[in-house]
Amino acid sequence: MRTMAIVRRVFKQMLRDKRTLALMFLAPLLIMTLMYFLFQNNTTQVASLGVHHVDQSVVNVIDTKNVTIHHYDSSQARKMIKQHDLDGYLTQKNGQLTITYSNSNPTNTSLIKASLQSGLVKLKMKTLVTVTKKQRAALESQQAALKKLTAAQTQATVTKLKTAIAQAQARGDQATAEKLQKQLKQATATTSSSTQSAKATSYTTKSHYIYGSSDSTFFESFLPAFLGFFVFFFVFLISGVSLLNERTTGTLSRLLATPIRRSEIIMGYLIGYGGFAIIQTVLTVVFTITVFKIHLVGSIWLVFLTNLLLALVALTLGIFISTFANSEFQMIQFIPLIVVPQIFFAGLVPVDGMASWLQAIAHIMPLYYGANALTAVVTKGAGLGDIGVNLLILVGFMVVLTMLNIVGMKRYRKV
Amino acid sequence: MATDYVIAKQVSKHFGHQQVLNQIDLTLPAGMIYGLIGPSGAGKTTLIKSILGMEAVDSGTVKVMDTVMPNRAVMAQVGYMAQSDALYETLTARENLTLFGQLMSVPKIKLAQMIDYVAGLVDLTSQLDKRVSGYSGGMKRRLSLAIALIQDPQLLILDEPTVGIDPELRQQIWTELNKLKDTGKSMLVTTHVMDEAERCDYLMLIRHGIALAEGTPAALKQQYAVDTIEQVFLKAGRMQDANDGNR
Repeated sequence: MRTMAIVRRVFKQMLRDKRTLALMFLAPLLIMTLMYFLFQNNTTQVASLGVHHVDQSVVNVIDTKNVTIHHYDSSQARKMIKQHDLDGYLTQKNGQLTITYSNSNPTNTSLIKASLQSGLVKLKMKTLVTVTKKQRAALESQQAALKKLTAAQTQATVTKLKTAIAQAQARGDQATAEKLQKQLKQATATTSSSTQSAKATSYTTKSHYIYGSSDSTFFESFLPAFLGFFVFFFVFLISGVSLLNERTTGTLSRLLATPIRRSEIIMGYLIGYGGFAIIQTVLTVVFTITVFKIHLVGSIWLVFLTNLLLALVALTLGIFISTFANSEFQMIQFIPLIVVPQIFFAGLVPVDGMASWLQAIAHIMPLYYGANALTAVVTKGAGLGDIGVNLLILVGFMVVLTMLNIVGMKRYRKV
Repeated sequence: MATDYVIAKQVSKHFGHQQVLNQIDLTLPAGMIYGLIGPSGAGKTTLIKSILGMEAVDSGTVKVMDTVMPNRAVMAQVGYMAQSDALYETLTARENLTLFGQLMSVPKIKLAQMIDYVAGLVDLTSQLDKRVSGYSGGMKRRLSLAIALIQDPQLLILDEPTVGIDPELRQQIWTELNKLKDTGKSMLVTTHVMDEAERCDYLMLIRHGIALAEGTPAALKQQYAVDTIEQVFLKAGRMQDANDGNR
């Protein structure tokens, strides 16, 4: 009953604060749309490479869609890179290729590196192919000569045998004629032995994708993590600041001068702001699925459930953290400390590859569990059984923080 | 039935090294306006919060309605008006009153009546559906008083109730407080306005956490041989300082 009075109050207050409502519901959509366009088109990044005195054959193989070649008349790599804002500079002295990277943008450096490497491999293959081709031609001509020789020989034997047969038949020696006939057959047989040339297998690849398609973009792979992050961020901020307001304006202490239980206040907050978190989640998820045509493999209800739990953790965390802030400004200061680090452990960087102490940090971040579960559901179609542990851990976070909040309110009233 | 609504015995409290309350005894019977007077920082608000059970005391006991504080359930029988207006500014006055009425478990039918009654009492009936953010300081103060009265409590604890209220309305409020008193309710009022102190039935002077003097206004004036409560206050203060100096 008293809890519902608090819930009603939270709803009324939120509905009247149009700016906060807009922030909560529209800001995630705005950011998602921006990200969609930023990461959607699989843009081909192009690095510029200056070359000087490099064999045309080398230049040809390096010149790919990722690298544009500019020819220059100077061997001073450093100077040219600076002057023409190049990403790399390639020079040649006899057989030695020297490359200088600007390395102001590591992505471009690796583009050139890859291009150069694959180009050189291609070049080596080409020379290898020409060498083999030459060898094959030589072999073939030898074979032909050999064939001619054997053909001539057989021809000679055949004529010899044929005349012998004719002579034998003329003599009436039937036995010798038959024996010679057999020899003749053998001789002709050898010539018709077919020349089978082995054809080289050429490999082609056909790709299958278990999750997503060849069109899968960066955006799609991180979308689930971001879904979780937005809910987490906004709910944390709004619930934290509103409880802080309640504290600084004295209404919290006034509330506690009524017979309300401390837990009823916290529950009122959970239900009140949790309601808005649900609306936010539904809005963001439905928006991304319908507008961006994101392929959702798993159940949408699991996405909602995970996000709701994440929101409740954010809510309790926000309330908890607000205890340590004395003003809205101080509350904002907790964002880089508490919220931003979480995104690094949400799957943007694979946690498995982190140093063990970083992995330990990841495991105390609620968003790590939430984002993992969301990613599993959205991209791999994970079921409740697969993400159950993650969800339980989120519930654990929520329960512990709620308890701390209830105990923390003892500061304002002893019972 | 004459019972004591509040019985505080030997209440002491300190924050850090500072002694805020030093063995205060206070008894508030039914049907009395009890005034706590003293300068800012004397410990008036701390004493009130100790009585409400919002502040833990170091030693001594507080009983409200024969129940040892802190006790959550007893709070429903106490109307409290805080020193600062703790109001939800985005809500209307009616919504504020409804919220606190619900928290005080006022039945729904009675709540509508009570809202009309308390709003009339503090002269806010025409402004009930305006948002508090548009209220003046005096209006907010009056709304706070209305909220304290919403559950029709037997005991009212009012921390500086008439700050920022114009003289005419102050007069009305005091008339109303006296009417409430006649129905058997008791009020514990802090003030540092001396003419208000004169209106109380009983006074306690607090300074530096010590109860310097107490009694009816008339008795105090006689005791210190002065004409006004203000002079009582000043004289008692000087005597306290002189005593401290001698030690």
